[in-house]
Amino acid sequence: MDSALGRIAVLAPRLQPAALWPALRRRITDAMPLLVMLIVIGVLWQLLLDHPGAGLPAPSKVWMQSRELILHPFYDHGGLDKGLGWHLAASLQRVALGFTLAALAGIALGLLVGTSPVAMRGLDPIFQVLRTVPPLAWLPLSLAAFRDAQPSAIFVIFITAIWPVIINTAVGVRNVPQDYRNVAKVIRLRGFGYFSKILLPAAAPFIFTGLRIGIGLSWLAIVAAEMLVGGVGIGFFIWDAWNSSNISDIIVALIYVGLVGFVLDRLVALLGRLVTRGTA
Amino acid sequence: MDPRFLNISNVSIRFAPRAPNVLQSVSLDVARGEFVAIIGHSGCGKSTLLNIVAGLLQATGGGVVLDGREVDEPGPDRAVVFQNHSLLPWLTCRENVRLAVDQVFSRSKSRAERARWVDETLALVRMEHAADKKPGEISGGMKQRIGIARALAMQPKVLLLDEPFGALDALTRAHLQDQVMQIHARLGTTVLMITHDVDEAVLLSDRIVMMTNGPEAEIGEILTVDLPRPRDRLALAQDPRFLAARAGVMEFLYARHRNPADAA
Repeated sequence: MDSALGRIAVLAPRLQPAALWPALRRRITDAMPLLVMLIVIGVLWQLLLDHPGAGLPAPSKVWMQSRELILHPFYDHGGLDKGLGWHLAASLQRVALGFTLAALAGIALGLLVGTSPVAMRGLDPIFQVLRTVPPLAWLPLSLAAFRDAQPSAIFVIFITAIWPVIINTAVGVRNVPQDYRNVAKVIRLRGFGYFSKILLPAAAPFIFTGLRIGIGLSWLAIVAAEMLVGGVGIGFFIWDAWNSSNISDIIVALIYVGLVGFVLDRLVALLGRLVTRGTA
Repeated sequence: MDPRFLNISNVSIRFAPRAPNVLQSVSLDVARGEFVAIIGHSGCGKSTLLNIVAGLLQATGGGVVLDGREVDEPGPDRAVVFQNHSLLPWLTCRENVRLAVDQVFSRSKSRAERARWVDETLALVRMEHAADKKPGEISGGMKQRIGIARALAMQPKVLLLDEPFGALDALTRAHLQDQVMQIHARLGTTVLMITHDVDEAVLLSDRIVMMTNGPEAEIGEILTVDLPRPRDRLALAQDPRFLAARAGVMEFLYARHRNPADAA
């Protein structure tokens, strides 16, 4: 007993790294092309722009000029002089609110249009026209209506994100396979039971496709909207940096915007996988 | 035994007002506990007939009476096993069966009784081991067994099988045919099965209904399969009565009513 346990104790630390190493090595191998590309882009960028009179800063200059922004995302010097973390948080809050409203209203309208042919004929042409209106074109109108920057920005998110949600939900509802409808008929599942047990789960993958497109569009629209309405927010930060000729700050902000947008997209996709139990 | 437990009388159907009838005056009586196979070439309207009995399609003329009640809508007393299993992919196998059981027996059985009944039906098709898997994680034959379990779980007066094994490989098909025979022997369920497999029809059924080619398809001939049960596929392979029944169906399908697609 004793000797067996002792042997295991001796073996264990040697075995563990051996088991971990291949997994780790695979991870590194998978990430290799990306790392190489990042280095190539960084070096090219440095070589092309690292000379006096260049229009845009080279990476070394970005690091020198915007080091505080990169290293301290949550500093707060009062007023609008805050770290990028705070600006992103303000933008994310607007997106969260506008997108949630768009998701709720969009799914409800999509279900209506998808299930009722009359609603379809009445509403679908209106949706098809309105969805082509660029997000920023709504901003003056919403400023006029709300007389306040904050609700106007949220409304722009809402009106941007709602169309793909409506349209995808309606398509999902209309395309519930005949097989599932037959099953529901045989077991006499109607009304709310049919809605919650067949229609909604069958349409869920489509709904989440709409939500994913919607969150992407929201993030596109918020930056533009904030440039115009001002206040705390990543869009305003970029505009403010442009007015103060801090091009390095803009570059740092753009990288943050991209990363956050990527994470948002993945979060909605993950939520979709969880909710649809792997059928999305 | 009521010889007119399921009574199909003069059923005709067409899908457009001026189109020819797909089915022309089809009449058939099925006794309680009887296993009847309907066989015919593709496009002869045999699935259409099954869907009329299921209530999923409305006949243009004639009607269907099951156990003294006219069929005018789908219902669990005529449970269907669909060709492509039709399991809901977001539910586990057990949940698929439970959805039907909860719906059909919401008033007549308690929650615990329903849960037990779901497990019993899964055991009937020997699928307890995969009860908590999703349909996407099991084989085609297993999916079809869950489909059969779901249909049996409704305790139907007549079980409607719409080419249930058509999409399966020969070995799996044989295995499921044996299982269906056992279940039929044990529960005495009345079964109406669509098939285009001659051996399957002879092996499983008490009577084989042979349909002529559409449009205006009708019942061409009904063959009584006079073989004792339980039937064993190996022993039957040499049995002259089996071979005679098989030859009879083949003769009807390939000599007298050849598939119009082949004749052309």
